[in-house]
Amino acid sequence: MTANPLALLGRTLTYLALSLAAFISIFPFYWMIVGTTNTSADIIKGKSGFGSALFTNVANFFAQVDVARVFWNSAYIAVVGTVLTLAVSSLAGYGFEILRSKTRERIFAALLLMLSVPFAALMIPLFMMMAKLGLINTHAAIILPAIASIFIIFYFRQATKAFPAELRDAAKIDGLKEWQIFLYVYLPVMRPTYAAATIIIFMANWNNYLWPLIVLQTNEQKTITLVVSSLTSAYYPDYGVVMVAAVLATLPTIIIFFALQRRFVAGLLGAVK
Amino acid sequence: MANPDLRRTDRLNGWLFVMPALVLLGLFMVFPILWSLWMSFQTGRGMTLKFGGFANISRLTQDPVFLHALSNTAVFLVVQVPLMIILALIFANVLNNPNLKFRGFFRTAIFLPCVTSLVAYSVLFKSMFANDGVINAFLEGVHLISEPIPWLASPFWAKVVIIMAITWRWTGYNMIFYLAALQNIDRSIYEAARIDGVPAWARFVYLTIPLLKPVILFTTIISTIGTLQLFDEVMNITASGGVGGTPSDSTLTLSLYIYNLSFRFMPNFGYAATVSYVIVVLVGILSFVQFWVARDRK
Repeated sequence: MTANPLALLGRTLTYLALSLAAFISIFPFYWMIVGTTNTSADIIKGKSGFGSALFTNVANFFAQVDVARVFWNSAYIAVVGTVLTLAVSSLAGYGFEILRSKTRERIFAALLLMLSVPFAALMIPLFMMMAKLGLINTHAAIILPAIASIFIIFYFRQATKAFPAELRDAAKIDGLKEWQIFLYVYLPVMRPTYAAATIIIFMANWNNYLWPLIVLQTNEQKTITLVVSSLTSAYYPDYGVVMVAAVLATLPTIIIFFALQRRFVAGLLGAVK
Repeated sequence: MANPDLRRTDRLNGWLFVMPALVLLGLFMVFPILWSLWMSFQTGRGMTLKFGGFANISRLTQDPVFLHALSNTAVFLVVQVPLMIILALIFANVLNNPNLKFRGFFRTAIFLPCVTSLVAYSVLFKSMFANDGVINAFLEGVHLISEPIPWLASPFWAKVVIIMAITWRWTGYNMIFYLAALQNIDRSIYEAARIDGVPAWARFVYLTIPLLKPVILFTTIISTIGTLQLFDEVMNITASGGVGGTPSDSTLTLSLYIYNLSFRFMPNFGYAATVSYVIVVLVGILSFVQFWVARDRK
């Protein structure tokens, strides 16, 4: 291994290729941060060093966008959506495991089949339903259709298979009702599963674009994702402001990523276990 | 626990626990799927629809914009998915080597793009690939090109930008699946192959890939579904003045076309529903083909 020049060359090339890949992966993040300090003209001209326009960009961002409102909208949808999805979908995942009946497998197979139905096929009827219910331009219209997530139900059902049956039996002998077992035994034991699912759902809600784009029509209701997009879609976008908005849109997920790195990866992998 | 009373309460509780999810899924999933199927046989504009039989389906075959969107989507699918899967496999294979230095750093770096929102990274790419932007400046600086490449103005390069962008965003995501699967493979198989003098590339092709087949199948299907639904990127990178899929519809995808048909022009929900069912059918066919290709040959 040591004295072989071919192996040495191979290893050098491996490190070079990995460094290049790491550079390409990280550069857009650097670009975003540098961009917040540059004027729009400099960004479009490809200036990749720090500039002095940070305060102007932030001031312009706050002048053009009701930042607190937008951030609140995003946070509200993400947090309320996550809590409701966790509750309904974990309850269903647990329910499917204790439900020993043949119909269960049939329903479950049908659910898995529906998992591959693209959102594009749902959005028109969903839009018409929301219009009939008078929910257009409300956050409820964003949250409601996402609460029962087949993917998360599937995730919880798979995880519940590892939940020790003895715990449930013991709790029953102690006279606990099923909902008490769920609340006081299952929930604490399954905390890692809940953590991973929280990350998946929060990310999906926070980053959701197409459905909010259709449903949320006034500036008062818009999320940060929609604001980033609409700032960019002007004929002459102010990229300095766009970069500040992009940082705000990315920050929560980056913080979650670095705080919960291992859970985060476990969450993404959840589906294949 | 074979007590019939207990079994009955189990079943009752099970149904109670499952019910909220099933009701919501019925309302917001089953019902829209069926409604959209029904709508795909309706013609007319706005909310006034009438039964048109197969009119929408025959319209598909004569609609140049639909055919354009279909062929664009096919190009993205055929070029991007294999490119990304192969890259992800190579990275996973290299990063699985425990003797590699800075392994954790490389893994985190390559995975990092997954934490960005699709819209946020799209606007970054849009600004980076501007005509005088940082990418052209770099390529001119290292003398790879003498004229700026019209990334977002040329139909060909616009597709290239979209493919590069999706690859940037999702390669690390797929890599994580392969890394997890590789950790479950018994290393002694590799040791045995190495001692028998099997070179590294052959170990990769004849050992790693067959052992990872189920995961590769899973990620290929997920990526196929994702690419067939491609929307955020073509609505934000290759867009100008709020119109996506530019220049001259060269990056128009099926999802974007459905959006345009329903919400940009005078709404044409019936025909849009028909186009959406094209995606459903394509997902079905491609998943079947991928399962068939990856089946165990005995």
